[in-house]
Amino acid sequence: MSGFWTLLKRDISLALRDGGALGTALGFYLVVVSLLPLGLGPDLNLLSRIAPGILWISLLLAALLSLGRIFEADYEDGSLEAIAAGPLPLELVAAAKALAHVLTTGVPLVLMTPILGLLLNLDIAAYPALLGSMLAGVPAISFLGSIGAALTLKARRGGLLLAVLVLPLYVPTLIFGISAVGNAVSGPQGPSSSFLILSAVSLAALVLGPIASAAALRVQMQ
Amino acid sequence: MDLGPHAPFIWASYGIFTVVLAALIAWLLMDGKRQATALADLEARGVKRASQRTSPV
Amino acid sequence: MTHMQTQTPTQTLTQRLANPTRFMDLSARIMPWLAGIAAAMITYAMYQVFFVAPADYQQGETVKIMYIHVPAAWLAMMGYGIVAVSSFGLLVFRHPLADVSAKAAAPIGAAFTFLALITGSLWGKPMWGTYWVWDARLTSVLILLFLYIGLIALRNSVEEENAAAKLTAILGLVGVAILPIIKFSVEWWNTLHQPSTGFTQTVDPSMRTPLLISALGFTLLFLAMHMKAMRNEILRRRVKSLTLTHVERAQSAPHTAVPEAR
Repeated sequence: MSGFWTLLKRDISLALRDGGALGTALGFYLVVVSLLPLGLGPDLNLLSRIAPGILWISLLLAALLSLGRIFEADYEDGSLEAIAAGPLPLELVAAAKALAHVLTTGVPLVLMTPILGLLLNLDIAAYPALLGSMLAGVPAISFLGSIGAALTLKARRGGLLLAVLVLPLYVPTLIFGISAVGNAVSGPQGPSSSFLILSAVSLAALVLGPIASAAALRVQMQ
Repeated sequence: MDLGPHAPFIWASYGIFTVVLAALIAWLLMDGKRQATALADLEARGVKRASQRTSPV
Repeated sequence: MTHMQTQTPTQTLTQRLANPTRFMDLSARIMPWLAGIAAAMITYAMYQVFFVAPADYQQGETVKIMYIHVPAAWLAMMGYGIVAVSSFGLLVFRHPLADVSAKAAAPIGAAFTFLALITGSLWGKPMWGTYWVWDARLTSVLILLFLYIGLIALRNSVEEENAAAKLTAILGLVGVAILPIIKFSVEWWNTLHQPSTGFTQTVDPSMRTPLLISALGFTLLFLAMHMKAMRNEILRRRVKSLTLTHVERAQSAPHTAVPEAR
């Protein structure tokens, strides 16, 4: 297991060193959220009603942007094959890389959400629920997305193909994520059912993602 | 046949069903013919599968 | 390479069909029957629909669309089921014809998914007043179409046939694992946002029979088309490998144009 943490730390420090990827994702998040009122009109009431949806969808798209690189960088210079030949099972390699994506891209995107919420007149009371649901959903985004990244590793229009493959898989996360914002994350009866289902989907993604990604990576490296 | 006030929708549904399925069947038949012709052409030129070679090359 | 397969009593159907040549023989004999029975059933169902079955109390004659919309939706799902089972067969059992089956099923399944959406939309306009309604069923079928498109796009993006087969199979299995969750989430979402559209599940017996015959007829048609598509794919791969052999031999032995004197 120590190999897992080593790989995780390595990926995190690589991502921190190359701030470009995160910067682009954050920038994209900002641009998309800013563009929507331009398209929908400045009516603050309307915006505040649909703000959770806009933020969730923009977060998904921004995360998708950065997912292509999860395996690409290491594959291109041969490190992926070296790591795969090592003692750490390929499933754990994939999991470490997806977890690194969660920590270096997913979480920062979520942390930027409150600022963007201001642009959309998001109801203050909804902030905790929105952030809670996003944090619960981010593992699903990265881990399901890693499957797409592995499948499209060598494809030419990889980025677009990745989006086509992965966006349908995001539907449950999106639906329960937004539903969890509507019903407060936690009430007198404990966490809302949407929040629980959202977390369950993320947990399932933690298992399904690495298994499918590793299988795909094995095929790509044959 | 009186199909009521919404008859165009009914005809359109059955129409597009027929068109799509006909196109699908046509593609399957044409593709099959194309492959069979290509195969016959190759075999006529003497290209044989490894299992069909009677004498070693 | 063909093996001589001794037919032991414990050989399952899929094992016996693993040999492409035997599959070609068997399917050549079965397919005409499948297609013929399918055509007969569909014709009979259409006769029932247009000349026998009554109009619906609420919907009038537009209920006739149901007799093709429901089979299309069912076949959209069955098609994906075939893809999933084939994908499983490839990755777990390495069945020689599994990839052929998966590749053949995808476009046919996608076509029926498209038809389900179009007929659903054309049914929706007179029923609900708009061409598109985000009800749970139509939304799930729309996402199913995206899954099919993903499968076809992924396969086209990979040049090497073996890799394409396995990657598409992985995507197929991921899709089938997540599909129930997607359906569940869409139904949940639908109950949150709009009341039940009142689409009655109970079908009057006088309508049930033509519906079943139609569904069965189109199912047989699907299977016949799938079989034909598999045959085409097997031929295509033979052509490809023969062409490759031809090119290889022409390149490696440029003097074979002159036969060896004995």
